[in-house]
Amino acid sequence: MIDNKGTSARIRNAIIHLIVIILGLICLLPLINIVAISFSGSAAVTANKVGLLPVDFTTLAYSRIVSDSQFWRSFGISVIRVVLTLALNLVLVIPMSYAMTRKTSEFRFRNVYMNLLIFAMLFNGGMIPTYIVVKNLGLLNTIWALILPGAVPIFSVILMMNFFKGIPRALEEAAIVDGANPLQVLLHVMVPCAKPSIATISLFSVVGSWNDFFSGLIYMQKVKDYPIMTYIQSLSIDLQELVNNAASSSALENISELSNRNLNAAKIVVAVIPLLLIYPFLQKYLISGMTMGAVKE
Amino acid sequence: MKTKTLKPINNTGSQSRFFHLFVVPGMIFLLIFNYLPMFGLVMAFQDFVPAKGFFGSKFVGLKHFQYMLQLPDIGRVIRNTLIIAVGKIFFGMILAIAFAILLNEIRMKFLKSTVQTIVYLPHFLSWVVLAAVAVNLFNLDGSVNQILASIGIGKINFLGSNQVFRKLIIGTDVWKEFGYNSVVYLAAITGIDPSLHEAAAIDGASWWKRIWHITIPGMLPIIMLMTAMNLTSVLSAGFDQVYNLYSPIVYESGDVLDTYVYRIGLVGRQYSFGAAVGLARSAVATLMMVTANHLTDRLTGQRIY
Repeated sequence: MIDNKGTSARIRNAIIHLIVIILGLICLLPLINIVAISFSGSAAVTANKVGLLPVDFTTLAYSRIVSDSQFWRSFGISVIRVVLTLALNLVLVIPMSYAMTRKTSEFRFRNVYMNLLIFAMLFNGGMIPTYIVVKNLGLLNTIWALILPGAVPIFSVILMMNFFKGIPRALEEAAIVDGANPLQVLLHVMVPCAKPSIATISLFSVVGSWNDFFSGLIYMQKVKDYPIMTYIQSLSIDLQELVNNAASSSALENISELSNRNLNAAKIVVAVIPLLLIYPFLQKYLISGMTMGAVKE
Repeated sequence: MKTKTLKPINNTGSQSRFFHLFVVPGMIFLLIFNYLPMFGLVMAFQDFVPAKGFFGSKFVGLKHFQYMLQLPDIGRVIRNTLIIAVGKIFFGMILAIAFAILLNEIRMKFLKSTVQTIVYLPHFLSWVVLAAVAVNLFNLDGSVNQILASIGIGKINFLGSNQVFRKLIIGTDVWKEFGYNSVVYLAAITGIDPSLHEAAAIDGASWWKRIWHITIPGMLPIIMLMTAMNLTSVLSAGFDQVYNLYSPIVYESGDVLDTYVYRIGLVGRQYSFGAAVGLARSAVATLMMVTANHLTDRLTGQRIY
């Protein structure tokens, strides 16, 4: 009987392993497919022959990207945007969330600010009024339209608040007894303690602004100002227009030489590389951020 | 637990000043980019003309809301939004929970961490990227259709058929998010006292019984919390995803509130009408969030905000 149980447990275990592996492959294979397309010859891509391995291996698409000035321009815009957004987020969110962990006895209008924060999280003006505000501020077609509207991510404020609350009060008090003012306490006691959660909100910020294409789509009127994801998004539309208008002959020659699909695939792969580079950190900090982010006020 | 701090009272004023300084810069941004647009919603009650501004445009009362209720589009858009959002929440949670339970059974460290690394990845990729991946796979001649054809099912026009488009949207979203969403459930499982499982095993409870009577009840608080949190997003069926995958052929089944507001309001420049739809959407969303917060507070003692 025990033997019997052992066998069924082994079978069950094997099935569980199999399902988990299959789910893993289902997540991985589509991503491998696009990498394979980026390294394949255009004939094979157009004929949809590419599966998991490149067909007619070529790096032509990548060498094409090297000299694609618009691609790198958009890439650069995204890099600048990510850096500025991150800096602004940290400068605004860290002091704010620290002040918000104070009691009303220490910080009299704490609840007024907190309610403003929560209401902004619960309700928003929506796409069109926000667009009009950004437009009226004269930010259209400037990089600031990509940065300023997301200057204070409220989720990050709450996450930081939860973390600060978990830091033992005694640490602060020791500094206060030594005569430190709140700014000194924040910079020399709280921030060093809060490094993991600062990493978490930083990564949220970086991933969010790198991946965002919508701000670029609505706030930038010219392709030359597009951040990288908006630029990549615009490629598929351009292809449609190209086909509809049967555009200039030089453009059509380009298509036959190198189908847009493997060129686009290569652009996508390059655009994802920055995220892959920080992926180990994403796994380390955002996963922990996810479990502590079951947000409480 | 908390020890009363002995602070000289005259110190509080200067401390407060610091805290104001900490908060005010961020608040200025919130006022400009979150609160100004809320006041801008006044345009939903106007025939807003950008050149005339909020003060110069003519007030028309509820005209746009009445118009909205008469449009056949709106019913279609709301239906699509709800079906897609509920489908994503339901199937997404089921798969994430099941995956967490299965993953917890894996003892081989290397396999476990490798699979985790892979399944978390899609969450961090933009829909711009994943839509391109999906189009490559699901177009009429794509790999998926080649496989379907070779096993005799025949080709399915995933991207261009109103019968399957919503399923594609729900399926690809579940694919993208189940790994990352399983994290909280996995954490909940590891928080369950292992002696419960041991005791049940000694009493002869089968694996299924233990999952059903120990693991799932142990996860229930977090499942309820996540359900409530997810329900708050029931009116946003995922603009980025739908926008990058849909086309006019599938507006019938795939057009959702956010894409509709974008197309009609921003692209079509019917600012006031778009703002009216947006306001209705935001109001309902806020109501749902407050309700969900009360519910989870009552049921689990945890609050969303």
